[in-house]
Amino acid sequence: MKNARFVYVVYIRTTQKKLWDALRKPEFTRQYWHGAWQDCAWTLGASWKLMIPDGRVGDAGEVLEIDPPRKLVVSCAAFILEPAGDLVQLTVTHEMDKPQSKLIDAVANGWPMILSSLKTLLETGQSFPSTREWPKGM
Amino acid sequence: MSMDDVFRALADPVRRQLLDSLHARNGQTLNELCEGHAMSRQAVTKHLVILEGANLVVTEKRGREKLHYLNPIPIHDIADRWIGKYERGRLRALGDLKKKLEGKER
Repeated sequence: MKNARFVYVVYIRTTQKKLWDALRKPEFTRQYWHGAWQDCAWTLGASWKLMIPDGRVGDAGEVLEIDPPRKLVVSCAAFILEPAGDLVQLTVTHEMDKPQSKLIDAVANGWPMILSSLKTLLETGQSFPSTREWPKGM
Repeated sequence: MSMDDVFRALADPVRRQLLDSLHARNGQTLNELCEGHAMSRQAVTKHLVILEGANLVVTEKRGREKLHYLNPIPIHDIADRWIGKYERGRLRALGDLKKKLEGKER
C-alpha cells in the first residue's frame, strides 16, 4: 500500500525570512497552530517535538533537513519556501507511513485551516481566533 | 491566481470529477487520472492545467513520473469567506445528518 501523502500550496504576501520565523518561533506558531509550539534547537539532527498547550507531545521526530530560509524537513513534514513575484510560495508535504494516533490525525487534518491562518497572520497581523487555542476534547 | 480562477475551474463537471478522484486517492499520475474518463489524454491534460492554474491541483516530480495532488487550500478560503466562525460545528452536524439520512457521500 502506498503511503498517504498530502501536498499543500499556499501563496503568502510576505518575505521568506518572515515566513521562516513564523514557521519556527513559538510566539508565532501559538497564534495559528492551535496554541501549539515546537521544542527544537533547529539544527540538523536535533530532536523535534510538537508541544500541545496542555503539555502533551503531539508528534515527535528530528530535523532531517534545514536550509534557512528555504527548506525545513522535520519528522514526516516538509516545508519549502520559494519567492513567487511579490509573494512567497509555501509548499507543505505531509506523509503518513503508518496508522497514526487520533491526535496526529487531528493535527494533519487541520493543515488547510492552520495554513490559512498563518497566511492571514502574516498579511494582516491577526490570526484566526479559532486557531489560537487547542480544540476542546482533542 | 484569484478566487475567480478557482470558481471557473470548479464550474466544469469533468474538473470536479478529477478533484473527486484525487480526493479518493491523492498523488495520481496522468495515466491513472485518465482511467475512467472517456476522454483523450490531451483533454484531461487541458483540464489539469486549468486546475493547476487555480492552485487546486499541485504536482510533484517522482523520478520520471509526475504525481497530482488535490490542494484544498483555495476551497478552504472560499468556505472561510462566507462561513462564520461559530457556524462551523453546526454546519458539520447538519452535513453529517444529511449524509446519514440520504445514505451516501455526495
